[in-house]
Amino acid sequence: MGDLKLPDISYGALAPMLILFGAACLGILFEAIIPKQRRHGIQLGLALLALVAALVAVILGRNNRVVTIGGAVAVDGPTVFLWGSILLLGMVSLLLIGERSVEQGGAFVSQAAITVGSQKDLKQAGGQPGATEVYPLTVFALGGMLLFVAANDLLTMFVALEVFSLPLYLLCALARRRRLLSQEAALKYFLLGSYASAFFLFGVALIYGFAGAVDLAAIHTAVADPNRSEVLLFGGLALVSIGLLFKSAAAPFHVWTPDVYQGAPTPITALMAACTKVAAFGALLRILYVAFDGVRWDYQPVLGVIAVLTMLTGAILAVTQTDMKRLLAYSSIANAGYLLVGVLALNKEGLSSTMFYLVAYGFSVLAAFGIVSLVRDADGEATHLSRWAGLGRKSPLFAGVFSFIMLAFAGIPLTSGFTSKFAVFGAAIDGGQTWLVIFGVITSMILAFPYLRVIVMMWLSEPGESTPSVSIPGFLTSAALVIGVIATLALGVVPAPLLDLTNDAAQFVR
Amino acid sequence: MTDFPFLSILTLFPLVGAAVVAFIPKTRAQLAKTVALVWSLLVLALSVVMWIVFEAGGDRFQFRESYQWIPTWDARFTFAADGIALVMLMLIAVLVPAVILASWHDVDESKRSVPTYFALLLALECTMIGVFAAADVFLFYVFFEVMLVPMYFIIGSYGGARRQYAAVKFFLYSLVGGLFMLAAVIGLWVVGGHTFDWQKLSDVSAAFDTNTARWLFLGFFIAFAVKAPFFPFHTWLPDAGVAAPAPAAALLVGVLDKVGTFGILRYCLPLFPEASRWFAPAALILGVIGIIYAALLAVGQHDLKRLVSYTSIAHFGFIGIGIFAFTTQAGTGSVLYMVNHGLATGLLFLVVGMFVARRGSALISDFGGAGKLVPVLAGVLFFAGLASLALPGTAPFVSEFLVLIGTFTVHKVYAVIATVGIILAAAYVLWMVQRTTQGTLNPALTEVPAMHKDITLREKIVVAPLVLLLLILGFYPKPVTDVINPAVEATMQDIGTTDPAPTAVANGRVAP
Repeated sequence: MGDLKLPDISYGALAPMLILFGAACLGILFEAIIPKQRRHGIQLGLALLALVAALVAVILGRNNRVVTIGGAVAVDGPTVFLWGSILLLGMVSLLLIGERSVEQGGAFVSQAAITVGSQKDLKQAGGQPGATEVYPLTVFALGGMLLFVAANDLLTMFVALEVFSLPLYLLCALARRRRLLSQEAALKYFLLGSYASAFFLFGVALIYGFAGAVDLAAIHTAVADPNRSEVLLFGGLALVSIGLLFKSAAAPFHVWTPDVYQGAPTPITALMAACTKVAAFGALLRILYVAFDGVRWDYQPVLGVIAVLTMLTGAILAVTQTDMKRLLAYSSIANAGYLLVGVLALNKEGLSSTMFYLVAYGFSVLAAFGIVSLVRDADGEATHLSRWAGLGRKSPLFAGVFSFIMLAFAGIPLTSGFTSKFAVFGAAIDGGQTWLVIFGVITSMILAFPYLRVIVMMWLSEPGESTPSVSIPGFLTSAALVIGVIATLALGVVPAPLLDLTNDAAQFVR
Repeated sequence: MTDFPFLSILTLFPLVGAAVVAFIPKTRAQLAKTVALVWSLLVLALSVVMWIVFEAGGDRFQFRESYQWIPTWDARFTFAADGIALVMLMLIAVLVPAVILASWHDVDESKRSVPTYFALLLALECTMIGVFAAADVFLFYVFFEVMLVPMYFIIGSYGGARRQYAAVKFFLYSLVGGLFMLAAVIGLWVVGGHTFDWQKLSDVSAAFDTNTARWLFLGFFIAFAVKAPFFPFHTWLPDAGVAAPAPAAALLVGVLDKVGTFGILRYCLPLFPEASRWFAPAALILGVIGIIYAALLAVGQHDLKRLVSYTSIAHFGFIGIGIFAFTTQAGTGSVLYMVNHGLATGLLFLVVGMFVARRGSALISDFGGAGKLVPVLAGVLFFAGLASLALPGTAPFVSEFLVLIGTFTVHKVYAVIATVGIILAAAYVLWMVQRTTQGTLNPALTEVPAMHKDITLREKIVVAPLVLLLLILGFYPKPVTDVINPAVEATMQDIGTTDPAPTAVANGRVAP
């Protein structure tokens, strides 16, 4: 038996992940030792601090280009960029998660295990401070996402997938109001997510059979070899893609999205819509661009059909929605379709424009869910569309902000929604995928209608008896809103710096 | 030539005004109106200076400015104005103060915020100026789309009974058209060598693949046809025209819609010359159908604002055939028509608005004999109607005449059919004037106290400049045609058509 040799580990390059995982473990420790009433501030502080520290580490290590821990993790341009995006978006989500002044005790339940509808449950809905374990869970999820986009072999990627999914399943079940809906959402997400993971794992096994290895560079070499089994290759690629497309909410693997988005606590929905999208597409980009680059002409039409399906499903079903969170969920499905259009450009512009889109969309969607969490009445958030009628008269500022975000989603110029759509469509036409762009344009037209209907609701309808007022946001939500709106405007008016950044970052290591 | 950044200042200035007005508290409505009016007059003053500085025989594009924006895509803040853009800028600068003054009492009674309305008007002015001043396709598209937003809120928040429906219809139609253009803009960027600069694109446009160019042309054309509006993309306009407050409707048909025809002249023809020639017959047929169809519908309308909207669609048919006849004469006529139609229909909408404000209804049957109560206002309506039907001596006559003879030299049949539109125009205008202001006095009318008040000083100030301009340009259009002509000639050269011996008409013979 030979000596066991440890692989080289570049701790500097891995620092952001190590910081997050360390902070998450510390958070669990804090849960045990700090008295309940003081936990909230400390946990929130710790989580934010960890994210800031990780971001500083990302910025310091922005020039790292290494494959480390025995080929398990690749730190390259896209990794660094996506890390930065996940951390920034994660910070803003944390602000929403930490908000406690809008609703007594925050959006989270204090004891999730209590039977729904029991006396104890009714009591805890009243005003007991929410659970603080959400912070370590969030930090774990974010750490997992960092690992997910950096994973350089399929097994690491699978581990990362579980690391960031499991906390999310839990977080979904923690809504203070509508406990049943929240638990149902969590269960649905968990079951379907487990299936997706199983598909992914099965795909990894097939690819291992095909290439004899799981790291992406080896797969890339194996793909170029004509003597290997195509059945294993395409079977494996298909199954792995299913796992990733599930996380990205692409049709026909999107069915969980509306239910989970609706049932989860709104800050968690925001986290999923912003950060999970970045992570899922980051991994999808890496797998397609690094490992399966050699068979791009084979998978391109299949994924193209999925992109078209996703755009159509999202756009058409968004039109019929009557619940704000479901509407945003379908809009997020459609946006996954646009992102796929960028991915399928299969050129450098495709890579950079997809990354740009992820950041731009993330900030807008965070602001959108931030507003959703503010429109409420005695029973919690008023998410039914009809309740928003006449909001413009009651709270012009918030209705104005929400209209702006809606215009951004509709792709009106001078918002980030326009520049990002322009970027992915431009990349796709450049990559010879005009047909995808045609569907993109058609679905954008359909999708404009629901957004416009929301604006009409808010401004052009008279406020009714049941129109809720908008809660005065606390400092944290205000900060999240301001950041989201400024980013949406800035990326629409002066997108050049971020475009340059994504361009510089658009180079994978193999 | 001048280095002074005229166009960027002209574009940004109203936006600053809009921000200032928007921050005036709701209770100080009077102050907001005054600031908005003074601001728009300053814009007018600046445009007059530009008019003086502009050298009619000089470079095609003057006041050129270019600033870095998104280097990755080579999208720049490039502003430049040729003669066509300049006259449109002038038209905006003239109409906006009139519209602001005409709106003075329009939003007072409702609960809506008055400062916001005037801020929206100034914001709209910014985007309209931007759209005509842009010489970068990306920048043009940005202004083209953003322009929808203030108009949407003006119609939707301050409009009449069916304002929600009309506002959404307006927005969706324009947005859908705009998305076709977006696809074409991206396509153009790819085939044009990754640039948005109009000058660079028009230099390489000859080398575009024929099929690609036709698709791209179609993308642009649909967006402009919806905006203009050409038959059969016109159905949003009557709804929007009825629902919008009358002064805003004047701006809508007077200026906003001209973006469509302007876009065709600036983008469709020079960038896709072969495709333009290929599509010309279809465009001509649509134009002729629009003239006859809209005029027939106008005759049958019961609602004053709807009637004016339909006349406007008919006039756009004339502008359309003038553009696609591809002769300098018809092209000049079209551009002149764009200006004159803005003045004439703008005036008509403003006067109709004054009637509607007094009566509280836009139905023709609610008037009848109104001339006995408000003779001066009725006179202005009559004049506006005559100008709109292009009576000789008013400005639209010159342009309609130029369009028709310019078209006749190359497409006799179309010109002859279009002439029928003139007869119909006489019918709908005269019939409208007769049914509202002439004849026996409608007894219900006398019971409306406001109908006993003839034109006020404020309203005189609103209409006087427009009436004067219509008369002056009717007799002496040379200052405007001098500015337009070189730009139109340059555009015709871009398409590569040569005029078919203009002497043929002068000799009294029909061109072969």
